[in-house]
Formats: sequence, structure tokens, C-alpha cells
Amino acid sequence: MSDLRDLYQEVILDHSKHPRNFGHREPTNRDAKGHNPLCGDQLRIFALVEDGRIKDITFEGRGCAISVASASMMTEMLKGRTEAEADEIFRRFHAVVTGEEEIGDDEAEQGEGGLDKLRVLAGVRDYPMRVKCATLAWHTLKSALDAKGAETVVTE
Amino acid sequence: MTAAEPMNKVTFDIARVRADFPILAEKVRGKRLAFLDSAASAQKPKQVIEAIVHTYTHEYANVHRGVHYLSERATVAYNAVRAKVQKLINARDENEIVFTSGTTDSINLVAQTFGRATLKAGDEVLVTEMEHHSNIVPWQMLRDEKGITLTVVPFRDDGSLDMDAFRAKLSEKTRLVAVTQVSNALGTINPVQDICRLAHAAGARVLVDGAQGIPHLHTDVQAMGADFYAFSGHKLYGPTGTGALWARAELLDAMPPWKGGGDMIRSVTFAHTDFAEPPHKFEAGTPNIAGVIGMGAGIDWFLSLDRDGLDAHEAELLAYGTERLAEVPGLKMIGTAAEKCAVMSFVLDCAHPHDIGTILDAEGVAVRTGHHCAQPVMEHFDIAATVRPSLGAYSCREDIDQLVVALGKVREMFG
Repeated sequence: MSDLRDLYQEVILDHSKHPRNFGHREPTNRDAKGHNPLCGDQLRIFALVEDGRIKDITFEGRGCAISVASASMMTEMLKGRTEAEADEIFRRFHAVVTGEEEIGDDEAEQGEGGLDKLRVLAGVRDYPMRVKCATLAWHTLKSALDAKGAETVVTE
Repeated sequence: MTAAEPMNKVTFDIARVRADFPILAEKVRGKRLAFLDSAASAQKPKQVIEAIVHTYTHEYANVHRGVHYLSERATVAYNAVRAKVQKLINARDENEIVFTSGTTDSINLVAQTFGRATLKAGDEVLVTEMEHHSNIVPWQMLRDEKGITLTVVPFRDDGSLDMDAFRAKLSEKTRLVAVTQVSNALGTINPVQDICRLAHAAGARVLVDGAQGIPHLHTDVQAMGADFYAFSGHKLYGPTGTGALWARAELLDAMPPWKGGGDMIRSVTFAHTDFAEPPHKFEAGTPNIAGVIGMGAGIDWFLSLDRDGLDAHEAELLAYGTERLAEVPGLKMIGTAAEKCAVMSFVLDCAHPHDIGTILDAEGVAVRTGHHCAQPVMEHFDIAATVRPSLGAYSCREDIDQLVVALGKVREMFG
């Protein structure tokens, strides 16, 4: 097993204690509720999507450090992206936290907007029971975007 | 040994008890295992593991069917478990014992037979706020089908059942009281004997969920006065997928069968089926043969313990654990009823239960974190989850000490 500090890195602890984009901020035209039946955690994602682009994104709810940090980092990462870009980032993120893909060292990954910012969450791959915590916010956002309205998503 | 042979009586000796459990010698994450999750499922003594291996190695065939040697051996070993359960809970007759896949299955059996056959619109089923989902959902499903009312008796903030509210909610409409013997989330021991007396005086039947009670309390269904008693083998040191429903013979006689199939019939034609007598009427299909035999070995093992010694050991350990946890800054116990056993649910101000669970795990400490399938209990305290260390017969002070040290590491990281 990897060291616990690989899972609970300072960045994650910081995001969990001081989540960014926390609290419902109007205007929004997409939202979805996420529920992790394993722990009872619930969160809600709100987004404003215009012309296929995520203009704003906020969340509220309660959860463990991993789920709150992941939601917080997701909002930072996806604000301003197109829905198509968000889809691809979600796919990559999911593959990274489940250990199917790695984040590369090339400039596209390291640069502004690259996936490297999410590397701190990759530690969760060593804790299969916790992967759901890291992906809850992402599944919820995807549901909000896909449903184009209010929806409840449950992690499997 | 064979599965049917009784074991020698042993006095309660924690080192000897622990030596019966191979898994307790395992290292997890490179650390000594402090297994404090017996309320979710108990570990298995070698006697249970050997009984299952023995069955499949030497005595396995389908039961109640063949006339050949192996079928006869398996049938004898399987049937013998009914008397073990009878002895465990002091039932009047072994035919009052129905084998099920566990407590959930037992409760659903009551809901789908007794419930569907006797309850009608306007009747009330009384449950408590501290029930496990398995003693809520089957009644909700019946409510939605039959138009019965589901009434909830609250518990007080210390986790004890509000008996005044129970008396107030009990009425001539109450047909069934479904109550847990011990709360899995809080550890509260409910006064089930009083509940049965009051319910009967009001003309209601009582189902007692014994999943958490049976491993810790001396259970005598006749003295308790219950009408139905459900428990799981896997929380009593036996294998998963096993359990039993006890019900008074006259109730089982009157209840219609639930699942139809082989082994539950006397004769079948396309026009008509004569059902077997209870308990076989409720046991359709090939049963969990080796599992039931393993459950029997678990009961034998449990009954071989010095029960007074075990009671004293568990009470002392609960007191010790409660005292040690009280020393942890920011820790709040959830469930502090005067009458409780084996469970020490808590929350910590600085960290979420799942993060605590992961850090404890890295220190070799296994606890359940989450809502414990008792979300109404969580709602009562306005929390999503708790950390729940729980005790088994093999638990010891060292496990508690390891837990407290590990909680120090949680505070280092999150405090």
C-alpha cells in the first residue's frame, strides 16, 4: 500500500477544508444531486451552460475530504470549458483514478488547463473503496449536463 | 472432528478464544489486525471453517432426496442444526425453526406470509426509529401494497427507546410490533420483554430482530415472549447466507408458504399441491447445506464458551473502550444509553468517518464507517455517518489501544 500522504496530500486537505466554488451561485440552468449510498454523503452541483460552454459551476453538500476536494478541484478545472472538453476530462479523470491511464509529463498535461492539476487525486487508485468518493462530483456533473435539467445520480 | 460432534466445554480465556480464529493472526497493511467490525460480520473460528471443509470433503450431497450414503450423511448433519438453534434460543420445538439466508430473509418471510395474509388496510405495524433498514423496508413494501400504516416509535437522544411514546402509539390498530433486540448503530439494548408484554396486552404480535442481540445476549424466546425472532448465522461466527426465523408453532401453521418449489411440498399435481408441514413449508429448493452445517458449528462453538465469562469480558471491554474514546479530543459518542452492548459509534469534529476509516485501516484497525443501514438513526443526530468500532468474543484491550493510537494519527492529519 502506498503511504497515506499520497492519498491525503496537502492540496487535498486544503481543498477539503476550504472548498472553492462552494455554495449555490445564480444564475444556473443545470443541476443534479449526487448520492453515495456507501456513506450517505450527498452533494449538489449547479452549472450555467451557454452556447455549449460551462460559464459557471458551483456545488454544495457534505462529504469526506476526498469527495469535497474532488468536487472543489473539478469546479476549478471545468469552469470555462466546453461540454465536449468536460466530457473528455471526465473520461480521462475516471481512467486515472481507476488506474487505467496515467497523466503524462508532456506540456499538454502540465500546462494551463492540463490534467496535471488533478494528479493529486490519482492516489485514490490504491484505495478501491474510495474511488467512488473521488468520482461522485464528476458523475453528478455529467448527469447535470446530460440531462439538461434536474437529476439525481447514485454512485455504483 | 465431524460437524455433528459437540466440542469440549472451555472456560473463557481470551487467548484461547483468539487462537480459534486463524484470521486474527494475519497482518493487514503490515500491521497487527485490530478487528473491530464484528457487528457487520463476525470472523469465523477454525471449527466453523473445518466443518464446512469437512462437509464438502467427506459428507456432501443434496439433502432430503437421495437414499445413498452421502445424501444420508449430509441430511443428518443438516437436520441436526435445527436442534442446535432450538437450544440456542430455547424454542419449544425444533420445528419452530425455519432456516433462511439471514435476518433480512427472515423478516421478509414474515412480511410476505404473516403480513400479507393477515394485515389489511388501516392496520398498523409499529417499528422503532433505530431499526436497521431490513426491519423498515419490508414493512414499507407491505404498506404500499396493502394500505397498512407504518408507525415509528422514536428514541431519546441517548439512544434509548422512548417507552412512553411506545405505550402512547400502541393501539387496537397495532397488529405487529417489529423491534430490534439491540441497535446495530447505537448498541442500545431494547426492553423486548416489556415490549412483548405491552404489545400482547394490546392484541399485537411482536417480531424481534435478533441480528445484533444473539451474539451478545442470553436469548430465550419463550421468556422474552416474542412471536417471531430473526437472526443471522454470520454475525454468530457462522458463514454468510445462513440464518433462521423462529415463530410460534401455531403461527407457522397458519402462515401460507412464500416461495414455491421442491422440498416444501407433500405432493404435487397440476391441479393441486399439498404443502409440507412447517418448517419445510417455508424452505423451498436446495438449501444452503454446508452453510447451515457451518452455522451449527458456529452455534456449537459459541455455546461452548463460558457465557458468564464472556458477558463479563464484553462488558469490561465496552466500559474500557468507552472510557478510552472519551479521552480523544473532539470525539462525540453516538449512542450512550444505560443499557447497551458491543457497539461504540462516534463522530470526530475534525474528520469525516470515511477518512477516519481509511486512516485507521492503514494502522491495521478495521471498523465500519457509514450509516450502518440505519439512515433514520443518522438523521436523528443530523449526521451522514459514524465510525463504529464493535466487539466480538475475541476482541481485547489491545484492539482498543490500537484504535486510540490510530485516532491520534487522524488528529495529526486533520486536526
